[in-house]
Amino acid sequence: MSGSNNGGTAAPHDGEAVLYVHSTESFGSVDGPGVRFVIFLRGCHMRCRYCHNPDTWRMASDSDKATTVSQLLDMAERYRAYWGSDGGITVSGGEALLQIDAVISLFEEAHRRGINTCLDTAGQPFTRREPFYGKFLRLMQSTDTVLLDIKHIDSARHRDLTGHGNENILDCARCLSDVGVPVWIRHVLVPGITDDEESLRRLRAFIDTLTNVERVEVLPYHTLGVYKWRELGLRYSLDGVPTPTKEEVRKAENILCKRPSEK
Amino acid sequence: MSNAWRNFRGTQWKEEINLRDFIQNNYTQYDGDESFLVGPTDATNTLWGELQKLQKEERAKGGVLDMETEVVSGLTAYGPGYINEKTKDLERVVGLQTDKPLKRAFMPYGGIKMAEQACTTYGYEPSAKLHDIFHNYVKTHNDGVFDAYTPEMKLVRHNHILTGLPDTYGRGRIVGDYRRVALYGIDRLIEEKKNDLATMGEREMVDEVVRLREEVAMQIKALKGLKEMAAQYGFDISQPATNAREAVQWLYFGYLGAVKTQNGAAMSVGRVSTFLDIYITRDLNEGTITEDDAQELIDHLVMKFRMVKFARIPSYNELFSGDPVWATLEVAGMGQDGRHMVTKNDFRFLHTLENMGPSPEPNLTVLYSSRLPETFKRYAAYISVKTSSIQYENDDVMRPVWGDDYSICCCVSATQTGKEMQFFGARANLAKCLTYAISGGVDSKTRQQVGPAYRPIEGDVVTYEEFMPRFMDMMEWLAAVYVKTLNLIHYMHDKYFYEAEEMALIDTDVRRTFATGIAGFSHVVDSISAIKYAKVNIVRDETGFPLEFKTEGDFPRYGNDDDRADDIAVWLLKTFIGMVKKHHTYRNSEPTTSILTITSNVVYGKYTSNMPDGRKAGAPLAPGANPSYGAEKNGLLASLNSLAKLPYKYALDGISNTQTISPSALGHDDEQRAKTLVSVMDGYFDKGAHHLNVNVFGVDKLKDAMEHPEKPEYANFTIRVSGYAVKFIDLTREQQLDVIARQAHERL
Repeated sequence: MSGSNNGGTAAPHDGEAVLYVHSTESFGSVDGPGVRFVIFLRGCHMRCRYCHNPDTWRMASDSDKATTVSQLLDMAERYRAYWGSDGGITVSGGEALLQIDAVISLFEEAHRRGINTCLDTAGQPFTRREPFYGKFLRLMQSTDTVLLDIKHIDSARHRDLTGHGNENILDCARCLSDVGVPVWIRHVLVPGITDDEESLRRLRAFIDTLTNVERVEVLPYHTLGVYKWRELGLRYSLDGVPTPTKEEVRKAENILCKRPSEK
Repeated sequence: MSNAWRNFRGTQWKEEINLRDFIQNNYTQYDGDESFLVGPTDATNTLWGELQKLQKEERAKGGVLDMETEVVSGLTAYGPGYINEKTKDLERVVGLQTDKPLKRAFMPYGGIKMAEQACTTYGYEPSAKLHDIFHNYVKTHNDGVFDAYTPEMKLVRHNHILTGLPDTYGRGRIVGDYRRVALYGIDRLIEEKKNDLATMGEREMVDEVVRLREEVAMQIKALKGLKEMAAQYGFDISQPATNAREAVQWLYFGYLGAVKTQNGAAMSVGRVSTFLDIYITRDLNEGTITEDDAQELIDHLVMKFRMVKFARIPSYNELFSGDPVWATLEVAGMGQDGRHMVTKNDFRFLHTLENMGPSPEPNLTVLYSSRLPETFKRYAAYISVKTSSIQYENDDVMRPVWGDDYSICCCVSATQTGKEMQFFGARANLAKCLTYAISGGVDSKTRQQVGPAYRPIEGDVVTYEEFMPRFMDMMEWLAAVYVKTLNLIHYMHDKYFYEAEEMALIDTDVRRTFATGIAGFSHVVDSISAIKYAKVNIVRDETGFPLEFKTEGDFPRYGNDDDRADDIAVWLLKTFIGMVKKHHTYRNSEPTTSILTITSNVVYGKYTSNMPDGRKAGAPLAPGANPSYGAEKNGLLASLNSLAKLPYKYALDGISNTQTISPSALGHDDEQRAKTLVSVMDGYFDKGAHHLNVNVFGVDKLKDAMEHPEKPEYANFTIRVSGYAVKFIDLTREQQLDVIARQAHERL
């Protein structure tokens, strides 16, 4: 566990917080409510076997270019006209919480500018220990939506899939429920790995204990990012695993997403 | 008369020909959703089934089902025709261009050689009698143009720096106000034209007046011919239409007259949806028709627009691939008084794409404003997601210029309905012009001295200081020869191929615009940026000709919301239209320009050499105002922001942008995709952008359709290309590859 995480490597820049950005995307439509400007931050401790952005894993170092909060928001605001009433910015990764200090500054400034904020996280850095926990609670005050990935409901299998157990991630979900921040739960559906009915039912049962879940999304596993593993000289361990069929996705959605009245 | 106009409000339109006044006084806004729409009737299914069979046969026969060779097309040349004699009673709207469905008429007035070549291309023997008449007794538009072309004009044409000139076929782009036939009946229209003619030239009988007198006399004859044409189908259209079915039929006869007498590159229908809704609403209120009847009428009208065809030659098809006719038809828009103009009929027209599947024609155009009802925006976006068959144009930038009763007269160009005509004129290839600025006017392919022998760049590097004055001089020259060539072409077109029928449905005192165009826009912008921000080395061949460029270092590219590149784009557009405006334009028309290439970007690219932005010789140019291939690094919205910076006021003929978005990048389901698309369009058009073609599909689907065109699901697979829609399988392989190569906006 990276409970020692103290908010990432970001150092103040002329008094302003900076973020280590891997890339940005002007047009995100599946990254929270509405149309959103997506900021992919650098660095992640998880090693999910199906990760489609392994190029974002590496932690930022001093040689990486840092971007200030106002630079990022100025960039994002060029697209404000497209956001409508529910769009805004989404911070994703990598793992956004590894740069929590800077993300706090970013979201607080975004709210000052009237911009809707969304945090896309796998929850892996979450802990109730200080100083992280206080920072997390502060961040949630300026976070409008959280997209929380739950990779697997079973901790051992979660560890096999990502290199980490899921206890603190589920705790993160409970914490979000207590705080009352709207959450979208997302689950990547990998045939033979994350799609067995029993696990899906357990995941659903867990989700049903939360009071703040606005939406549950099943994301079908795809192989479009596999080439990046090869480019990075990494071995891809899911070769041969098929992408789920429409029927398999529908089935998982029936278990995970349907409201009780629709069941 | 009083019966035909029962329950219609307003007075001005009764006293004068004034469709706008009629519409504003009588249309019924609709704010609801699509739930009132109904599916196709049995008659619609039967007729559409017949037509699909014919379309399949047509494709199997190499693109042409049947051709007329013996009789010259005219209003009454061929007698009545039906989709199928056996089912003709099912046709709620009747009228074909010839006596048989999808049979192409013989239209020699644009140029007899082209008309004959079109026959022989598809294995038909042209008539010897007509050959004799049109070679020895009757002069055509094409003859006139080539009699008068200067050596310089022939040279620029031959070297493809001016391309797509309408000198062998109809110039098109004139939208008759076909609604007039329905509202007033032919007799009233003849009476008005006779009044115009009676007083014309009382004071001075100068050339222009003599010509106009002859033209109006021809218009009156065309109106009489239109009545006869309708009579062949058993209709008397001398009086106004009395109900919805007649209104649809009268209006269609007006359009049919146009496509029987002209083979213009673009033969648009115009803004008819709101107008027809007034008649349909009246009938619904009177209880004489049901929603099924109403939808059936619109489905059958649209079916007719899907059938319009012209005989073309292969070089034409290379430019405008897939048999387009630009039967452009508009829905929605806002009124000058702030009311939106969405009616139930706008839903019905879009719904034809569900009832009869996707189709390139009619070229359905939504006149967009973020202030349109959300329900309508959502439905249009939903239909886009399902069919990729709709284009969107910004009503908020067009309305201040053209009012609230304009039509789109080709791909994207606005024209005031019934009050305006256009002298359309293809494109100046500014990409080639840029290479001429470096080579001193010598063409890389032919090595002819095409442009003036201005000083070439003699060093090894293209410096900004050396390049810009040379480029300005070369553009001045090109703008001049371009305008001169168009003046000549349109003089001859008026003389030998005058659009009497369409002009009869337009005010005699007509506004004329002169529509120029730009090709190679993004490559010129990026090349200037490369010259300014990077180092462009010249690689000369053994003769010392600057044949290639090696560009060192990064430079900003148009399409990334980077002002350094986008400012060059704005400058280029403003500069070029400024140069065009310096010259006299035929009949004192108002010069405009467009950034619009249709599918001709592929052919233009073939004749364009290497460029400093890295584009290779022969590679397709980016279409319309789109950024260059691979230039967009910051995603869809960054690209849209770049486009939105181009001021519409400098390109009143239109700024075309075609975007392909993968379904997964728009959302998880169609409802979300439609919602996302509405957000994107609200933002884009609120920023002042002009046009957007929306395609929603992945590259995989395109590749599969290219390899397996025989699959039934691809028979009507429609995609938007620059300025129109086309069935993907009707594109040449080269163009298919070009479409595939363009960056689709996808997300992992």
